[in-house]
Amino acid sequence: MNCRDVIDFLMHYLDGELPENEQTLFKKHLDECPACVNYLHNYQETVQLGKGCLCGPDSPLLPIPEELVRAILSTRSR
Amino acid sequence: MDASTATMPAADANEVALLQALRAGDDRAYGQLVRTHAGQLLATAQRIVQNEEDARDAVQEAFVSAFRSLGSFAGNARLGTWLHRIVINAALNKLRRRQRKPERSIDSLLPAFVADGHAANPAVEWRESSETALQRKETRALVRDSIDMLPEIYRTVLMLRDIEGLETEETAQALGVTTAVVKTRLHRARQALKSLLDPHFQGGAL
Repeated sequence: MNCRDVIDFLMHYLDGELPENEQTLFKKHLDECPACVNYLHNYQETVQLGKGCLCGPDSPLLPIPEELVRAILSTRSR
Repeated sequence: MDASTATMPAADANEVALLQALRAGDDRAYGQLVRTHAGQLLATAQRIVQNEEDARDAVQEAFVSAFRSLGSFAGNARLGTWLHRIVINAALNKLRRRQRKPERSIDSLLPAFVADGHAANPAVEWRESSETALQRKETRALVRDSIDMLPEIYRTVLMLRDIEGLETEETAQALGVTTAVVKTRLHRARQALKSLLDPHFQGGAL
């Protein structure tokens, strides 16, 4: 397994979907390749950044205009 | 995804009572349902369609669909989760109906390799953890802006899987593609997002 294979199979590895023999080869490559370890780390951090970027106090929660509430509720009588 | 068939943890007692009131046609219960969930639903729709007017339309359409499906709603999902799935479908319909703009290729944001399969540009570990970086408003804005720069088919999958929390199968159903396509697009979307964030994190803290 080379860097291309490891990066291609990264998500399958993280999701536990790699067959055992391929998982062994994957880990063997990581033991020998710091660049792929770094890539794996940064990839995982990217996922966390994506998940976390909408969770702060500046999360774009829009105010609900009263006319939208009324418009939604008025659809019941149609 | 059918509005009546989401399967999630059982609703709590308050939701059971609310559902009974809704089915009995109680006006106050309808008002409560809308006012409780419309904010989150509008935010979800806005993230997907990136346009306030379309987002409002999607939320309205989602509630119309939900009101019609209340009779067949099995009650094995949280109402919020159920509505969330419905608004995602309404927002995706808006996206599909909208004229598509030409999208740039994602290739330049994917890793390159030399002939023997080694990385052409070996990765350098980011110096700051996501947890620390996310404390800052600027980082959160940078990540949101970077996600918005992704070509739409990749941005949509990343939004549904990593941000809205849909499973692969649910995402595939919502988008009308196979689970294999969802997995491929998600992996590429994450790789491309990483490339967009690399310059900001390789040199240390933002």
